[in-house]
Amino acid sequence: MSEHALSDLREPLVTEPRTMAGITDEVCAPMERRPSILWTLAFLVAVVALAIGVWAVQHTIRKGIGVWGLNKTVGWAFDITNFVFWVGIGHAGTLISAILFLFRQKWRTSVNRAAEAMTLFAVMCAGLFPIIHMGRPWLGFWMLPYPNTRGSLWVNFRSPLLWDVFAISTYFIVSAVFWYVGLLPDLATVRDRAKGLKRRIFGVLALGWNGSQKTWLRYETVYLLLAALATPLVLSVHTIVSMDFATSVLPGWHTPIFPPYFVAGAVFSGFAMVLTLMIITRKIMRWEHLITVRHLENMTKVIIVTGGIVGLAYGTEFFMAWYSGNMYEAFTFKNRAFGPYGWAYWIMVSCNVGVPQLFWIKKVRTSPWMILILALLINVGMWFERFVIIVTSLHRDFLPSSWAMYAPTLIELAILLGSFGLFFTLFLLFTRVLPMISIAEVKGVLGFAARKREAAAAAKAKAGGSSAPGGVGLPIAASKERS
Amino acid sequence: MTSGLLVAYFEDENGLLRAAREARAAGLKIHDAYTPYAVHGLDAAMGQRPSRLPWVTLLCGLTGTLLAFWFQRWTSAVSWPINVGGKPAHSFPAFIPVAFEFTVLLAALGTVAALFIRVGLRPRVGLPRVLPRVTNDRFALALCTDGEDFNGAAAAELCRNAGACEVSAVEEAP
Repeated sequence: MSEHALSDLREPLVTEPRTMAGITDEVCAPMERRPSILWTLAFLVAVVALAIGVWAVQHTIRKGIGVWGLNKTVGWAFDITNFVFWVGIGHAGTLISAILFLFRQKWRTSVNRAAEAMTLFAVMCAGLFPIIHMGRPWLGFWMLPYPNTRGSLWVNFRSPLLWDVFAISTYFIVSAVFWYVGLLPDLATVRDRAKGLKRRIFGVLALGWNGSQKTWLRYETVYLLLAALATPLVLSVHTIVSMDFATSVLPGWHTPIFPPYFVAGAVFSGFAMVLTLMIITRKIMRWEHLITVRHLENMTKVIIVTGGIVGLAYGTEFFMAWYSGNMYEAFTFKNRAFGPYGWAYWIMVSCNVGVPQLFWIKKVRTSPWMILILALLINVGMWFERFVIIVTSLHRDFLPSSWAMYAPTLIELAILLGSFGLFFTLFLLFTRVLPMISIAEVKGVLGFAARKREAAAAAKAKAGGSSAPGGVGLPIAASKERS
Repeated sequence: MTSGLLVAYFEDENGLLRAAREARAAGLKIHDAYTPYAVHGLDAAMGQRPSRLPWVTLLCGLTGTLLAFWFQRWTSAVSWPINVGGKPAHSFPAFIPVAFEFTVLLAALGTVAALFIRVGLRPRVGLPRVLPRVTNDRFALALCTDGEDFNGAAAAELCRNAGACEVSAVEEAP
């Protein structure tokens, strides 16, 4: 709505006529009405899945990790696959909230809040797996360098596993802070329209925000700084996760392309998860004008790019296996594609390299249902990518006498189910208790293409002689020419 | 501090920006503005200086880097050196990842803490004073009335001309 520096070329980001108060009402509505039957059902399913997972975890902890399908050859499998999978999911949230912010991609405004929430919940799920894998999770604090009576015996700072502890915990803390800071103006908005206890709770959470420009000026500065800090952080997290593998001497793991390969894969899978959640959300909440087809389309484009990088990495690995002339390396990759786990490899390749190519077709990437199906396939593919990398590299190592096969037990499957239960329980709760869309940021982009719309409306009025558009409040009616 | 404020309300940001510019040109002292979202260009219109918080980020970040490098060196090479794979005790490159993470952690937490302290955001029991609707759909410009030659009627007129829908006097600043 500003008079300055808004190009007419900008497309509207909110594709229905809405006033500022309208946006507030609309975004706060899910928090203020009773849950729908659909929500209740989804929540029940999620809680049941979570309960199954909790049971499986306590069973694992009571009996020891012998209840899993691991053996002395395949010491990492399902659990670490899930860990890497969930950390990867989280990356898209930070990419949307921080990297797109730095690149001034204004379309991020209506999806960043939910995407960041997704990041937090995904990192929570991820963090649980290494802790469960310890077998004695009550000793988890041994990972921290604290003065102790054993010497002090310090942690090994040369170990990538320890780097992981620092990377994941920093990532979680910084993401949470970034998310909370982003929430502040909206918490105040909710506070000022709530009554009774809710008003008090949000009053505490909003920290006394009153919309002061003195605060906004510094707030904007800090938000930019946090985005600038979160950007290298998110790239570092999956880089360090990949170093868990890359710094070993195992063929199939010992490759310097792992960091970029993992980061691209993380963003790839994360965007697939964001799309899954957003398509369902916009449908249920009827927010098609806030989370528009353009948002979805932009995200599919990110998927095409990152999917391409992932495909290139698959090819590079095979090329290097041949070009290096290393027989162990060559065997690992032959075994990966044509060995006993070949099926998993080909699921991975078809879902991660084949499926995203369909997004080159405009019809596919503008159809929410098609995107949803493809995004789910990509998530399956990315889960299998981690499984393939971990299990096929381990199960046939240097000594044929130690070769073994791995299959997950029901307990391990239940823990994976439980992590999805945790993720969706938290996400569904989030949709009920906090504004899912950044109200303040969406208000800031309401004015995009206002002049263009006014011109279009004027032309229409001239041609058809119909009644004048606009009316009360702000001239923020949006053209429907896109939609 | 302020003896009272003259608050002008606007339905859109253009009126607020115009009023802020004109009030400054007319020599009026602006106490603050209250907006539902960050209005771009308002800092310039109000003549605000850029925030110095980036310096806090730099300082906290550097502290994190140095602290992490020092601590890793001290634990690995001084307090209890352990031979891991024949690597030197002070294996500097291996300490970079943790130092980086710690840099980001301290910088982020320090910056946010500095913001909260600087603008007085803190959990509080009572509710803060908020001008009506400024966290929803109205913009407010608060002018100081304690100037020697402050003319309330003229200031209100200036705001109305800029597009204010309501002008009222407020005893105490929010």
